[in-house]
Amino acid sequence: MATRRLGAKKLRVLPGFRLTLGFTLFYLGLIVLIPLSAVFIKTSTLTWAQFSHTVFSPQALAAYRLSFGASFFAALINAIFGLIVAWVLVRYNFFGKKLVDALVDLPFALPTAVAGITLATLYAPNGWIGHFFGSIDKSGNVHGLQISYTQLGIFIALTFIGLPFIVRTVQPVLEDFDPELEDAAASLGANRWQIFWRVIFPTLTPALLTGFALAFARALGEYGSVVFISSNIPMKTQIVPLLIMNELDGFQYAKATALAVVMLVISFLILLAVNVLQWWSNCYNTNNLA
Amino acid sequence: MSAAEKIIAPHRRTEPPFVRWLLIGIALAFMTLFLVVPLVSVFAEGLRQGLGFYFQTLRDPLTLSAIQLTLIAAGISVPLNCIFGVAAAWAIAKFDFRGKNILLTLIDLPFSISPVISGLIYVLVFGAQGWFGSWFSDHNFKIIFAVPGIVLATIFVTFPFVARELIPLMQAQGRSEEEAARVLGASGWQTFWRVTIPNIKWGLIYGVILCNARAMGEFGAVSVVSGHIQGRTNTIPLHVQILYESDNFAGAFAVASLLTFLALVTLVLKTWVEYKNDALRGTAFTPVPIGKK
Repeated sequence: MATRRLGAKKLRVLPGFRLTLGFTLFYLGLIVLIPLSAVFIKTSTLTWAQFSHTVFSPQALAAYRLSFGASFFAALINAIFGLIVAWVLVRYNFFGKKLVDALVDLPFALPTAVAGITLATLYAPNGWIGHFFGSIDKSGNVHGLQISYTQLGIFIALTFIGLPFIVRTVQPVLEDFDPELEDAAASLGANRWQIFWRVIFPTLTPALLTGFALAFARALGEYGSVVFISSNIPMKTQIVPLLIMNELDGFQYAKATALAVVMLVISFLILLAVNVLQWWSNCYNTNNLA
Repeated sequence: MSAAEKIIAPHRRTEPPFVRWLLIGIALAFMTLFLVVPLVSVFAEGLRQGLGFYFQTLRDPLTLSAIQLTLIAAGISVPLNCIFGVAAAWAIAKFDFRGKNILLTLIDLPFSISPVISGLIYVLVFGAQGWFGSWFSDHNFKIIFAVPGIVLATIFVTFPFVARELIPLMQAQGRSEEEAARVLGASGWQTFWRVTIPNIKWGLIYGVILCNARAMGEFGAVSVVSGHIQGRTNTIPLHVQILYESDNFAGAFAVASLLTFLALVTLVLKTWVEYKNDALRGTAFTPVPIGKK
């Protein structure tokens, strides 16, 4: 204990509480809280009619639909493949495993603009990957499946940036998993498939959902990797951050701010959900494994 | 070998070889398609017009000024967030006070905010029509569409990195070592420099590496507050965008390869620090709420 009671007075052995907490709160307020409150204060100056006209406009509704849809499917694909990658990294040995493990974090380390131009080029009709799906003729018409500059391209970019989340949330849980539980199930006659679905998978569920929520949240806010691969056509290939950026470029600050409030509230709700999931996951571990 | 391992048949303990190899194959194919191919293509596209053009692009005055601005932004934001991280971790890990969980959530907040919104909030505060915009313009000091705005936006997006590495580390270490030093007569600063800093060294280095990677690579937030003035308010990622949009693809990828190189160096350093201090493994970037991992 850093505090010792002497009568009613508390004496702290360690110094610097006021200094460090004071600086923390000052810096937090200055950099994060005051600027962030500007979004809500600015929006509160709008009338309800102005606000709803912006956030429920057909263009905004189409952007929400695309943002949520593409983010959801990207997170889903990552949940499936992320689980396989995490499983393989924890359970099996193969050549180059350490390299693969380190490479998982590449989407976090690589600046989003670089990811954006790279994916747009790769999946363009004349790109390394895109040319397998579609081709472009001399007059510029695309035949076959076009990926870059379509909704499919946005989905690819969001899958790329969400890739590490599931691997990195599932991996530690899988590493801590007690093999005796598997032995117990096996000795009771369960086969591998039953052991996976009934013993291992339920333990992984909270981590898997946390990873999904984090990947989904990240995809909702993503801008840099999408702006190049999306053709940014309203109602078609415009996700919400691109719409906000468009309003900003047109100096429509009130509109941009109203949309930002909607996205912030959604982000906070996801953050809350992640906290609940973490709490659930901790309960799970203490009940079953401690 | 435990008793259980002798009794239970191997096919119940692990998957049959063909399932194992299938899963490894799927994982590697997925990783190759989404990570290795893009990585290789950055360098391939950058060198498409030859080494001469590549180095010519990197030596271009506009590229150099973008590099300079990125170094300035990272050079200011990383040390500031470092000081903040140490202060916040000291207050949170060494003392008990009410509202600690709320404070932890608030520190993590910038992670859950879209980069575009991170830029927007500074426009609302310091922009021409913002709260303090007219005051600053009266004093001939430009923040938005100028270097200070870029620095502020960079500080915001990298805000939690150092703090979120140090807080769990210092919480796990407790306060007994510092208390012992104090009781033996060390001053507060002596305790901090000789006991705390050596204990948190690797966590601090780890946080700085991650913070720096994001500071140098940030695009969305900086894009909102930069005026995209070539040679003046362009960071490296913004310069990549301008080159790409002016159809100078080889040039864009040449500059992008610098950032890719930075990302690879970050991954190598990160892996090295994790090797030195196993407790840090897996904490990088993933915004699982602090202290709840």
